Amino acid sequence: MSAASMIPAVSIPEFVKRRSFIELDARARAQSLMDSGSWRELVGPFDRIESPWLPKQGIAPQFDDGCVVLKGTIAGEPAVVIALEGGFQAGSMGEVSGAKMTAALDLATKDSENGKKTAAVLLLETGGVRLQEANLGLAAIAELLASLLALRQHAPIITVIAGTVGCFGGMSLAAGLSSYIIMTPEARLGLNGAEVIEQESGIEEFDSSDRALIWAIYGGEQRVAIGVADELVMDDASKVAAAVCEFVKAGRPSIHRSEQVDLYRQRIGALDTSKQIDPLSLGKLWNAKRGAQ
Amino acid sequence: MSGQVGLRGKAWFQALTGQTSPMKGDPGSVLAADVRLGEDDARFLCVVPNTQARFPCARRGEVGLEEAYTLAARVREVIGRDSGEKKTPIVAIVDVKSQAYGRREGTAGIFLAAAAATDAYAAARMKGHPVITLVVGQAISGGFLTHGYQANRILAFDDPGVVIHAMHKEAAARITLRSVEELDRLGHEILPMSYDIRDYAKLGLLHKLLHVENPDTPSPTTVTQVQQELIAAIADARSGSTDLRNRIESEGAREWRKAGWAARARMEEQWALA
Repeated sequence: MSAASMIPAVSIPEFVKRRSFIELDARARAQSLMDSGSWRELVGPFDRIESPWLPKQGIAPQFDDGCVVLKGTIAGEPAVVIALEGGFQAGSMGEVSGAKMTAALDLATKDSENGKKTAAVLLLETGGVRLQEANLGLAAIAELLASLLALRQHAPIITVIAGTVGCFGGMSLAAGLSSYIIMTPEARLGLNGAEVIEQESGIEEFDSSDRALIWAIYGGEQRVAIGVADELVMDDASKVAAAVCEFVKAGRPSIHRSEQVDLYRQRIGALDTSKQIDPLSLGKLWNAKRGAQ
Repeated sequence: MSGQVGLRGKAWFQALTGQTSPMKGDPGSVLAADVRLGEDDARFLCVVPNTQARFPCARRGEVGLEEAYTLAARVREVIGRDSGEKKTPIVAIVDVKSQAYGRREGTAGIFLAAAAATDAYAAARMKGHPVITLVVGQAISGGFLTHGYQANRILAFDDPGVVIHAMHKEAAARITLRSVEELDRLGHEILPMSYDIRDYAKLGLLHKLLHVENPDTPSPTTVTQVQQELIAAIADARSGSTDLRNRIESEGAREWRKAGWAARARMEEQWALA
């Protein structure tokens, strides 16, 4: 399947009338995914639990630390939606945002163990660790990954990466551990962004001003084309919600992608590493099973 | 923080296991061995520099695609063959510069490789395998998330050559537009930013800081000392929970992660009411 054919055809009136998901902030995104009237925000801005580390460095903190947690239902099923606000410190994970996310996942696990299976939806717009909180950010990510895996034994974890920040750094592992990943063509997913690769390995390794190359590698279309993400949706809030709904109803897959070690080890072993890997050829080689909806 | 990364890891792997070569079919950068440790046969794992690595950006001790998937496979192998009550301990010896920063890695999805290794280590821990991490050198960023940070218990040498951090110093300085000196000064004011392992230890994430004479060169005395500490950590892990609550509920966390504690407590309160 060529990447071009994966973009679903959209009529002009449909495109004009759509409600953009990307233009919503984290709170509105989270709200748009839950059954109307079913949700309540937990540890929200009125609780005023903010980063103690940012003000020490002359940076204004935010009352919700850039992490929005809603508990409610999706398609009638118990669910928690955790959304990172890309507009605050690039959605980076700090002590407080990390603790909110980990605590919510742990509570969903506890409910699931008690018979109330609770799915988690993660809206990841994040650069990874918040460097101003460095080691507490990295530790928080290790802990939330552990909590995500504990919940994943009971209920599906659905990651949505819509853009425009994308999902990078340690938080890309949260996406990698998810049951399902939904992306828009505007979204990017990767451990190291192009800037970091250029800085660490030189411009000949990655020219971070080459936006076409960045999207050819990290973009939603490509991630779905090589099968490391599950569904490509257009930037339309109703389509994102429908895709989330479908995965909540589908429940846990029989095997998670991050458990398919032999398959991926063999794929990596078969790559020609003498030159850069062509993204389009990789799509053909790895033969994704799912197209766009 | 130069080309020496990984050499300590290799030296300690060899001293503790008597092995120097990878297992059959594995890349030269991942050492694995099954060795008697106290009453157990433990699996030791270590990522070491491999100048011949197939991936050019993973030749200096970085955790790349091959390293991450090999770790995942070698951990899952232990999970798969253990049927008894007493689970095989897994010991991760850590001296990793970082994850591999290459375009090939980006294209082929190193995020998923890192997730696969994280998944394997966490699965082992949740199934009751004592997973012990021994940081003998560097443990940086995605390299540490991939290899070591999912352990029940983390031990680290009390030595200036040991660095646990979200980003190596030079890169952090470049990105935050600060000098390395400024970063060091800031580290003393802002504890989580410190590159000093003793500051890190205050955060309550470590099980124990080990004072080992001359950590660059293991001796029979220090090897015995480290073995005893590993055996004790395995026993402690077996007596505790299989999640990471020992880090979150540690004394250090109560002292230095008060905001996180408050967020967690409030979440529990409000969750019950929602």
